[in-house]
Amino acid sequence: MTRKQRRFALIAGGVAVLAVAVGLVLNALNDSIVFFNSPTDVVEKKVQPGTRLRIGGLVAPGSVERGENLAVRFQVTDGANTITVAYKGILPDLFREGQGVIAEGVLDTAGVKADSVLAKHDEKYMPREVADALKKQGHWQSDYDKGQGAATPASTPAQAPAPGPQSSVAKPASTGAATQ
Amino acid sequence: MIPELGHYALVLALALALAQAIVPLVGVRTGDAALIAVAKPTALAQFLFVGLSFAALTASYVVSDFSVENVAANSHSAMPLVYKITSVWGNHEGSMLLWVLILALFGALLAAFARNLPAALHGAILAVQAIVATAFYLFILLTSNPFARLAQPPLEGRDLNPILQDIGLAIHPPLLYVGYVGFSMAFSFAAAALLIGRIDAAWARWVRPWILVAWIFLTLGIAMGSYWAYYELGWGGWWFWDPVENASLMPWLAGTALLHSALVMEKREALKVWTILLAILTFSLSLIGTFLVRSGVLTSVHSFATDPARGVFILMILVLFIGGSLTLFAWRAPMLRQGGLFAPVSREGSLVFNNLFLTTACATVFVGTLYPLALEALTGAKISVGAPFFNMTFGPLMVPLLIAVPFGPLLAWKRGDLLGVAQRLMAASGAAILALVVTIAVAGGPVLAPLGIGLGVFVIVGAATDLAERIALFRAPAGTTLRRAAGLPRSAWGTAVAHAGLGVMLLGIVGESQWNIERITAMKAGDVATVGRYELAFDGLDQREGGNYRELVVRFSVREGGVRIATLAPSKRAFTHRDMATTEAALMRHGVGQLYVSLGDLNPDGSVAVRAYDKPLVLLIWIGTLVMAIGGGLSLSDRRLRVGAPRPSKARLAAQPAE
Repeated sequence: MTRKQRRFALIAGGVAVLAVAVGLVLNALNDSIVFFNSPTDVVEKKVQPGTRLRIGGLVAPGSVERGENLAVRFQVTDGANTITVAYKGILPDLFREGQGVIAEGVLDTAGVKADSVLAKHDEKYMPREVADALKKQGHWQSDYDKGQGAATPASTPAQAPAPGPQSSVAKPASTGAATQ
Repeated sequence: MIPELGHYALVLALALALAQAIVPLVGVRTGDAALIAVAKPTALAQFLFVGLSFAALTASYVVSDFSVENVAANSHSAMPLVYKITSVWGNHEGSMLLWVLILALFGALLAAFARNLPAALHGAILAVQAIVATAFYLFILLTSNPFARLAQPPLEGRDLNPILQDIGLAIHPPLLYVGYVGFSMAFSFAAAALLIGRIDAAWARWVRPWILVAWIFLTLGIAMGSYWAYYELGWGGWWFWDPVENASLMPWLAGTALLHSALVMEKREALKVWTILLAILTFSLSLIGTFLVRSGVLTSVHSFATDPARGVFILMILVLFIGGSLTLFAWRAPMLRQGGLFAPVSREGSLVFNNLFLTTACATVFVGTLYPLALEALTGAKISVGAPFFNMTFGPLMVPLLIAVPFGPLLAWKRGDLLGVAQRLMAASGAAILALVVTIAVAGGPVLAPLGIGLGVFVIVGAATDLAERIALFRAPAGTTLRRAAGLPRSAWGTAVAHAGLGVMLLGIVGESQWNIERITAMKAGDVATVGRYELAFDGLDQREGGNYRELVVRFSVREGGVRIATLAPSKRAFTHRDMATTEAALMRHGVGQLYVSLGDLNPDGSVAVRAYDKPLVLLIWIGTLVMAIGGGLSLSDRRLRVGAPRPSKARLAAQPAE
């Protein structure tokens, strides 16, 4: 092989691998992306039942109902609208009424049937998406301060944790084997 | 007084770094040896002063000086001493100080030990290293001063985040940082070579030990972080494809590619331009990782208090270094001489294959990590890219790479014989097929599991085949084999061990992800839950007082076939100072698998939510990474690569086999 042919083989190989990778990425982006919605988004955009989504907001105070065998239902609110979330499993350590939460699952007519509920390992946690959604609804100040003020009188900025493990994700009892 | 001394020492270190950045470069330009020689003492002095500064902050933590804002916000007088010390880097300011400390340490090591480097290259490398250091000193001093005082010191500190009150914090960040920052050496070597405009095989030989050191530590750091998350977060996951994890995985992938391409450059003087580019990209990815983690663009447990000024500053550093080095690359790289020729099927070709797949995989991780940020900035839509995305992109790209791993070391340089290598890998293929059949017969399960196990065995036996071929095992008399084994360069052992470690890790990943048994249920005293072949009996519940927390402990006994084999006591801790709870999982090892039990909430009826997993082979994940790191260490101990080794004589160099 001449130098030119070798170089061509190298470039062709590289382009082929890149093309496969681009294909994989586009395919995966189509199938596995989940959009974040606030309860208001769900109502206004008329999201169809059966859509997989992430719903974020505050856990409405007094809305948590625990059922048989680790089943739990709660309301997620952004002040303007409220969506019911049903979940089965262990909630993250920091799940509390009046605190920010993100649930991921499938929307049905009754609300969201979640297969994971996310909170973060910090007492002053407010998921950024949730904070933005609340600001948009104009409920940022009132809700946030009411929820936070009581729990944490200190007015210093939130200190989030350091290099260490990630956000805690509650996994449901129903997914069975594969966790990865 | 001590904090002020620390602050002052940091300012002095900045001044030294400025001198170290400018004077040697002027020397290189004018050919003034005296100016170039300034680099060495300034690098050593700079390390001394950053060391003093770090010691001052540590001292403030040890004596719980709450008049220092940083200490007050992250420490508590009731904490054990070890956590007081680890708290130093358990926060934004302190962790950046650790970052520059390690950066200065690498500079000092190069100044002290790399005696056989040409003076100009040595000076230029230290100068580039100092430019990086200058940027980070400015960042710390201008936006994140760890020594800031409080006008009214509180009586008690606000405690360290409970999640971080763990021995993991003592190990994971320092290891990871040595890895991240270690790649700055590869960057400095590359930038210096471009500045001087000369690059050859010797350059690759000089830079390789530094790449290896960084790679070993990054490997261990990522593995340690993964194990920490596994036992601390309480739901048994070991890799989450969290953006912050990806931030450490990307430099690891690029660094692994760099390790292999530097090999081609060292042996065959080929892939010069590519190696230089990879060195720049690897450190750029380390910087991007720092930016992602520290700027607050991502919400993650790893991100500290977000201050927009810091994000903008890090972004500026990022633009300066990545943009600057790539500009330098575009300007100078065309002047580099073309390297040696090789056929597509050859050792070089296999290493190119390795690089192609590693960098492409790195690119898919990059896309998955940054696409949501870009999309939100451009359209405002908020999306999440989770594990499914990475499993669908990263996974398929790893398969051809893993299949190719045993082939690489067996192929000859310049022109290889693929068919011959395939024949020599017959034993490995046979072992892989046997493992596949046995797995189907014993475990059944999803189709992916037996294939994965077969691939893992192929990689391990393939690595052993490489060694067996080199020492002529079974082909030559035992004496010859032993002599050959003794004469085999350590780097050959290192390659085989590291590749085998990859196979071991794959076995662990397949075992954990395919045969994990999960059981989540509410239990009361007297209840028994079955997890795989184990029975978990709830014996009782205790409340206990720890130093700065209260804990709820549940005692379980584990039975196998009716026989009691262990007791487990997972707990849930409530930290009063921060109003937080943590989950302490209890682990029982069986072989290389683990039984994992953690607690959820205490229900009003007195039952406790319990999460129990049986994870066969799970420990192989971390054992595999450890074996990989040992392989790296073996390679590092190879005489040719030893940093302080005297220059080999011309005759020995010529006689050296082309490994």
